[in-house]
Order: sequence, then structure tokens, then C-alpha cells
Amino acid sequence: MSNTQWENLSVQALAVVAVVYFLALLAHLVEWAALRKLPTDAPLDQRTRTFGRFGFLLTVIGAAVQLVALVGRGMAADPNRVPWGNMYEFVITGTFVLVLAYLVLRGRFSLEWLAPIVVGFALTVLMVAELTLYEEVVPLTEALSSPWLVIHVVAAVIATGAFTLGGILSVLYLVKERKPDTTTGFLARVPELDALDRISYRIHAFAFPVWTFAVLIAGPIWAHYAWSRYWGWDAKEVWAFITWVVYAAYLHARATAGWKGRNAAIVALVGVGTLWFNFIGINYFFGGSSQHSYAAPSVVQEPVRSSYDLI
Amino acid sequence: MGDLNLRELLRWSWRQLTSMRTALILLLLLALASIPGSVIPQDNIDAFKASQWREDHPDLAPIYEKLGLFSVFDSVWFAAIYLLLALSLVGCILPRTRVYWRGLRAAPPKAPRNLTRLPDSATYRTSEPVDDVLARAQVLLRKRRFRVLAAEGAVSSERGYLREAGNLLFHISVLIVLAGFGIGSLFGYQGGVIVWKDGGFSNNLTQYDDFVPGSLMQAEDMEPFSFEVTDFDVNWLMSGPRKGMAQKFVAHLDYRETPDGEEKEYDLKVNHPLSIGGTDLFLIGHGYAPSITVRDGNGDVAWSGPVIFLPEDQATFTSFGVVKAPDARPRQIGLEGLLYPTYANVDGNPVSLFGDDRNPRISMLAYVGNLGMDSGDSQSVYVLDKSRMTELKKNDGSMFRVDLFPGQTKKLPDGAGSVTFEGMRPWVRIQISKTPGKGVALGGVILALVGLLGSLFIRPRRVWVRARREDEETVVEIAALDRSGGGEVGTELAEIVASLRAGDVREEKS
Ligand code: HEM
Repeated sequence: MSNTQWENLSVQALAVVAVVYFLALLAHLVEWAALRKLPTDAPLDQRTRTFGRFGFLLTVIGAAVQLVALVGRGMAADPNRVPWGNMYEFVITGTFVLVLAYLVLRGRFSLEWLAPIVVGFALTVLMVAELTLYEEVVPLTEALSSPWLVIHVVAAVIATGAFTLGGILSVLYLVKERKPDTTTGFLARVPELDALDRISYRIHAFAFPVWTFAVLIAGPIWAHYAWSRYWGWDAKEVWAFITWVVYAAYLHARATAGWKGRNAAIVALVGVGTLWFNFIGINYFFGGSSQHSYAAPSVVQEPVRSSYDLI
Repeated sequence: MGDLNLRELLRWSWRQLTSMRTALILLLLLALASIPGSVIPQDNIDAFKASQWREDHPDLAPIYEKLGLFSVFDSVWFAAIYLLLALSLVGCILPRTRVYWRGLRAAPPKAPRNLTRLPDSATYRTSEPVDDVLARAQVLLRKRRFRVLAAEGAVSSERGYLREAGNLLFHISVLIVLAGFGIGSLFGYQGGVIVWKDGGFSNNLTQYDDFVPGSLMQAEDMEPFSFEVTDFDVNWLMSGPRKGMAQKFVAHLDYRETPDGEEKEYDLKVNHPLSIGGTDLFLIGHGYAPSITVRDGNGDVAWSGPVIFLPEDQATFTSFGVVKAPDARPRQIGLEGLLYPTYANVDGNPVSLFGDDRNPRISMLAYVGNLGMDSGDSQSVYVLDKSRMTELKKNDGSMFRVDLFPGQTKKLPDGAGSVTFEGMRPWVRIQISKTPGKGVALGGVILALVGLLGSLFIRPRRVWVRARREDEETVVEIAALDRSGGGEVGTELAEIVASLRAGDVREEKS
């Protein structure tokens, strides 16, 4: 297949993904609508269960097609490469990881109730990315062509997906905390506050070391080779550091009596805020001054910024 | 009396400082304090932007200056936060290490009086004698890698001691990283130099274009290497969406590690630095240096050689440069203007179509007068001080420009002299940096990660088994307690109960 064919394949696959996720979302909404009046302990009727399974199946198909879209993106480039060269590619990979994480952890942590949220979130983000971030496939710039890119980005995407999931749980925690006595509907089937807090903690405990590896080990090693310094307080690095510190504070908050639960959830949400601000905000507001400026790629991105420092 | 109060105050402050809550607040404060560093241009990151910002905000700039907002990460208040955090960290690590050390060798704690009151507990009855149950419980728990102690009709056990070790390792490693980072910024240096093809460099201060030493760095720390740029290759993409992008930059170097060392070759590329001792050389930029000859009013050569032009636009490499001929007589000559590597005239405007030097052309304004180079003040080679210079015009007073293709010469008006564009040469910008302590910092984060994994995933827990005789039967109570705050012990408890009962031969028979 030619590069253009691969690129078209990727574009079409993503359109399919959007449709499939949309159907999955509908199925889950029907499922949950049927559950609205049902007390938590009542057994599910056949119809509800069918819709739930249908939604799950569609989500699996959607994720598989999304993987095709990602591979197509990588194959479309010459030379072939990992599909993580710009924000658009980062978003379609990140949502894939989020959905995959949900699918994998679903059975283990009984996350059925997360389905509409994860699918709805992935669908929305994908649509926004398709409309505002789409870019043609281009070769990686020189500074980006390094095995450390792969390692750094894989870790960062995994951590971002997991932190986002943790953030969703924290929101649910705060919502449920305000109405602890609901016995019917969605909120009632969300796990107990204690369990929510614990699952959220586990997810964060997984994401934090991955993030540490991504931004404090792989990132600096790569920055050393590409930019001649391993840490330069570049805007992107500052915010990665802020995110790290906030999540360290989250883990502390969890360990401090009185900060469990509600306060920890708030700190976790601050963490997600800094994470996404780093990803979106920094690129848009400070795109030019950050060396990590894949927001608006100039034609030649080799870092020569410092030529201006010559006085 | 006052003495005592002071001591109490100190002790109170120390306890506050090393409390978990303070650590939490300091962490959040550190995050908050970093924000201005990403919003306000920083002197040591983008000096050009920072000075521009100062010009644009004349009212705010002095205030910001006082607050250190142009170099947040070197500022007193930022340092205050992380030093307090480091102090709090030490104050936290020391007592915890002591406690841990003692706890390491301590026996598992005695079983609580009422095991069934614990959230995770189970009870069953059996006809087996008490001692058999307890003996089997010990074997079973040992097999599950618990540390076991039997006393007073009960078995106490505990495992997961390494969690705290991981936690301590993590926190100690944070200090190691801090030390590594500190060593780098105190004893290291970073500098940049532009070298054109066939040009050379030897590592001493005078040869750098810009140089930022660490505050304790000594000139002797500079390794005595030297190199020459023998060639520079670049590959321009001629098709595809990134048409015009440059790729595969390679600067071919001949270098010597010491003045009388053997000469070696290295192909310096982006992402592939050359390491000489503890110093690394990076290729971080490239551009063009047109060779220009200036003859003065007397017809003598007043300047001849390559002149570095700085790219203003990464897409087309349209570059800006300045030529100064202080030896020109009777009047000094200065030129200022642009280089178009692939020149084309589009609707009457000169543009460069492409970054490659397919059709280079310079287009410069000429000035005569006093270049101001004798005043003693150092002057940037990239800026022409025009305050005592006059622009040359055509005889009819209209605008005069030196527009030349390679090989061409243009006479200046007024008999001021002439300018020849001899040819093009590429230059490369090489960043040279020595960062001692980077191994320490890297080792530190890796240790921190190892500690973190231990601390997050090792789950310390205790299991107690008590058996007593009651109504001709043995009542067995088992309880488990998670001590990590994030785990559940229900499953493990069920497993232990199941295997404890499974070993009960008599029960199976009955
Ligand atoms: C640079 C500053 C610090 C950072 C980045 C940091 C980071 C962390 C992280 C990520 C954790 C969670 C992982 C784990 O359980 O080991 C943690 C736990 C912990 N930290 Fe810190 N910490 C810092 C300073 C401190 C200080 C000053 C104290 C003492 C007051 C402290 C006491 C603790 C304790 C007791 C835990 C264990 C919590 C538990 O049992 O789960 N930390 N820290």
C-alpha cells in the first residue's frame, strides 16, 4: 500500500471508530436508562443485560479499529514511524489507551458502570481532535527521531490515560459523596465511597511511577541527546514537574489521616488539571517558546532558538 | 525560663516542619511557585524573549525584577521552598529510618484480644486439637512468606517489611537527585559557538560566542579539546507535506582530545552528541555564512571572509547579517541586510523559496562613517551601531542596495569602495556542555523509581490465628489487617482460611 492509501485508511478507520463508539454509547445509555428506577440490589432484566453486553462488544470493536487507525498513521509516514509526532496523533493514541485500560481493568475491578463515561469521553475527545487538530502525516523532525521518543511517549501516554481514569473516578467520588443515599440509578451502582477511593488510589499508584519514568527519566535522557541539556525548565518540563509534584502530594494526602477521600480526590483533580493544561494549554499559549512545540510545527523544527542568545 | 521556652519553640517548629501535613503543603507550594517560571519569559531560558518582555512592560518589569520572576528557578523564594522541603525530608527520613531499623528485627505484634472485631476476620470450628491447628497455621504462613511468632495460644505473623524500606529509599533518592542537579549547576558549564565549514574551535573561554558557567566552575575544568568542521551535509525534502524541511544534518568533525593527541573523526548529528571526557558536543543549528570582500575608498581590501548570517525564518532560511569593515579608509564601512539562499522575485518582492542554497543572493544597505568600535565597549558582531554612520544613497538621492549573486561585485556610491560576494559556506552551531552530576541525578531517579515501586506495591499486612478449646471443639479465629491503606486483605484471608481447613484431615473424614 502507498503512503496515501495508508493515510486514507487511517482517516476512514477513525470515522468508523467514531460511529462505533457512538453506537456503544447509545447502547450503554439505554442500559442505564433502564436501570434508572431499579434499586441497586434488584437483578438486571434480560433486555438491560443485552444492551450492556452489546455496548461492551461495540467498544471492543471500536478499540480494535482505532488500533488499525493508529497503525495506518505510522505506516503512512516515510520512513515508517510511531504515530506520536503531533498533538492529533497524541490524542488518538491517548484515547485508545484510555479505552484499552478500561476494557482490560473492567473485569478485575467491576468497572461496568464506567462504560458510558469512558466511551462518551473518548468519543468527544476524538471528535474535537478530528475537527481542530487534524494534520497530514509528515516525517518526524530530526530532534524527534530517537528511540527515546518512543519510550518517553509510550510512558507518558499510558500515564496520561491512567491519570485521566483516576480523575474520572475522583469526580464520581465527589458527586457520590454529595448524595450518598441514592439507592437507584447510575450513582447507586457506582461503588461505595470507600471502594471508589481505593480503586482511584490504585490507579494513581500505577500511573505515578509510569509518569515518573516518562518525565523524570526517559524525558531527560532524550532531552540530553536532543537539546544538550537534561532539564531546562522549558514550559512543558515545568508543567510536567508540577503534575508530578501534585500527584506526589496526592499520595501524601492519601497517607495523611483526614485527607483521605474528599481532599485526596480534590488534589487528584488538580493533578489532572495540570496534566491536561500541560498538554493543551502550553502548546496553544506558549507554543512558540516551548521546544516541545508540536502544536504549530514550523517547517524546520531543528532547535536553533539559541542562535538568538548570541550577544 | 526563657531558655526553656526557646527550646520548646524550636522543638515545636521542628515537629511542625517535619510533619506530613507540612510536607504536603510544601509540595503544593512548590508546584504553585513553578507556575510563574512557565508563564513569564526566563532570562536563562530565552534571554531574547525576556528582554523583549521587559521592553513591552516597562511598569511591571522592575517589580518583576525585584521578585526574581525572570529567573524563578534561581530565585531566593523558590530555593527557600525546596530547601525547606529538603530539610523537612531529612527530618522525616532520620527518625523513620531509626524506627524502621528497630521494627525490622522486631517480632510480629501480639494478637489483639478480640480478633473477630477486626474488619477482616473469620471463625470456624473443628474437632482438631488446638496445637495441631496452630502448628499448621505456622507452616502455612511461613510458606506464604510471613514472619511468624507463636505465643499464648495464637500465631502472629507479618509480611511486607520492604514497603517502608522502599519508601525510605524513595525519599532518600529525592535528596540524591537534588544533589546531582546541584552539582551540575554549580560545577558545570554550557556554551555555544558557531563554526563555519573549514573553521576550527579549541575549548577555551575566549572562543565561545556565549558561555554560562556554574558559580563554582573553574577554567581548569575545561577539557583541552579542539575540532575542525570539515564538512556539513543536509538533506532537503523535495516533496511531500513537509517539502522544504531539512533533515539528516551531519557535521563532519576532525577533533583532538588534547592538543597533542591523535586526530579522530566524528559525524556529529542531532541526537548523537560527541562526548569528550565529561564534555558533550551537540549539533543544534545551522545556517549560512556568505564570504564577502569589502574594498575601501582607496581600493584596498578592508575586509574579506565569511560572515555569519542568522536565519530569521526556519522555512526559507532568509537570514540577517552585518558586515563591519573598521579598516576601511577614509571612512569605515558597514553593511546590513539579508541573505536569500534560494532567491526569487515574487511580485516585485525578494524572497527565498527554499532553505537550500540553490540561488543565493545578498541584499544589503551600506553605511559609511564611524562604526563605534574604538570606544572600548564590546559590541555584538550581529548588530550594526548606526548612530555615527550615514546610509549611502544613489547620486540622485534614491535608495541604494548591494544586491549580489555569488561572483558579482558592486561599486558603492560616493567612491566609498566596493563589495564582492565571493561564495557561500555553511556554518553549524555547536552547543558544548559539561554537566557533572548527571550520572548522580540519573542514578537518583532510578533508585527513586525502584523505591517507589516497592513502596506502592508491597503491601504490608498482618495475619493472626488464635485457637482455643470450647465445648469439646476447637474454635479457630483468623484475622488479617492491611497496613498500606490501599489494599484489601479479604481474598488473602479467605485463601488462608481455606488452606488451613483443607489441612484438617479429621474434618474431611467426618
Ligand atoms: C521532595 C519531597 C517529597 C516528595 C517528592 C515525596 C513523595 C512521596 C511519594 C510519591 C509518596 C508515595 C509513595 C510512597 O508511599 O512511598 C510518599 C509517601 C510518603 N511520604 Fe513523602 N515526599 C516528599 C517529602 C516527604 C516528607 C518531608 C515527609 C515527612 C514528613 C514525607 C513522608 C512520607 C510518608 C510517611 C509517606 C508514606 C505514606 C504511606 O505510608 O503510604 N515525605 N512521598
